[in-house]
Amino acid sequence: MHDETATARTFRMRILGAGAVDRHVPGQHYDVRLTAPDGSTAQRSYSIASEPTDGREVELTVERIEDGEVSPYLHDEIAVGDQVELRGPFGGWFIWAADTPALLLGGGSGVVPLMAMRRYWHSTGGATPLRVLVSVRRPEDLYYQGEWGTETTVIHTRQAPSGDPRTPGRLTAADLEPLLAALPEPVAYICGSAGFTEHASQLVVSLGLPAPNVRIERFGPG
Amino acid sequence: MARLGFGRGQLRDDRLPPGQYDTGSSFPVLTAEVSPKLTAQNWSFRVDGLVEKARTWDWQAAHKLAASGYEGDIHCVTSWSKLGTSFSGASLDTFLAEAGVLPQATHVVAWSHTGYTTNLPLAEVTGGRAWVVWEHEGKPLPPEHGGPARLLVPRLYFWKSAKWIGGVRLLDHDEPGFWEQRGYHELGDPWLEQRYAGD
Repeated sequence: MHDETATARTFRMRILGAGAVDRHVPGQHYDVRLTAPDGSTAQRSYSIASEPTDGREVELTVERIEDGEVSPYLHDEIAVGDQVELRGPFGGWFIWAADTPALLLGGGSGVVPLMAMRRYWHSTGGATPLRVLVSVRRPEDLYYQGEWGTETTVIHTRQAPSGDPRTPGRLTAADLEPLLAALPEPVAYICGSAGFTEHASQLVVSLGLPAPNVRIERFGPG
Repeated sequence: MARLGFGRGQLRDDRLPPGQYDTGSSFPVLTAEVSPKLTAQNWSFRVDGLVEKARTWDWQAAHKLAASGYEGDIHCVTSWSKLGTSFSGASLDTFLAEAGVLPQATHVVAWSHTGYTTNLPLAEVTGGRAWVVWEHEGKPLPPEHGGPARLLVPRLYFWKSAKWIGGVRLLDHDEPGFWEQRGYHELGDPWLEQRYAGD
């Protein structure tokens, strides 16, 4: 396990069990299920950050939600070698196998499934037209620092790094226009909070992308 | 398997189905599609398929039907539950009665003005189990929660309660909808924890 930011940690899981081979499609998630001594359960969905492999390992990046039931347990209690119950992979809508031109828009922790897509695209040759935009509050909130490539634009809503010509602020049409112009008939994948996904999806539609070409995954609290 | 600190010994509300947590006063928004530009003026609700006479109601016509509402709990497959909430509109029974359901009908597909679909056994949406609602806790249903009107089937996971509802089609067979074609359970009973196909 390793920290992505002050509040997000990536867990590499080895999948145990007969015949258990992870063959997810980028964008899918696993459910992590915890069972208390009294038998009650809690479960949350966490997006897969790693690309699909032939191996039996998968990486989940989990943001710590302060009053959450599951994420504080994973952050504070889990040690290397512990076992947790996983179910998955699940999801058949917010998935991309690098087979169509794509615009990936992520806000905050919403970049996790987009990184699985980006990793898969990159390792399979990167031939499909792709643009990625990541929106973070401050530079230190960016997940997977150093791994994003020239296909990716990072925008800052509260504080930009010194020298960034863009004034900090929420996503605008001007941020998106050059990305859409570079992509023939793309599908947009938008992931993040309800506020980010609503704003970003309305923007791309206002810039001419047909609504059926927009796929949204909204990360709720928990 | 995961043991240790989880659980913390707090008393669990017996209104919570297995694996769910109480989201309190918040009402999370989860949608896979772009929110449509839908208003009371261009909203309509249609009942067709295996009925005596297909019918369409506009906003005014739907509001002339007998008012009916729901007070209780709702459960989302992403694991939040909202306890003790309320919705009002009209019972789906009222719409179905005006269209006249044919005896061979066994299932419905509910569809949204966005193109979203979800399938339901007829028995799960009749007899006071389903509504078309336009108010939440006394206020107009907001667009992000499916306003101007959504389906409400509170006995099942909330993906069955299609936002921006456009109609229901009566069928003599089951026809998987948007999520049901993508790995989610056909029925979605939260008390049986029917989240995914095969649960």
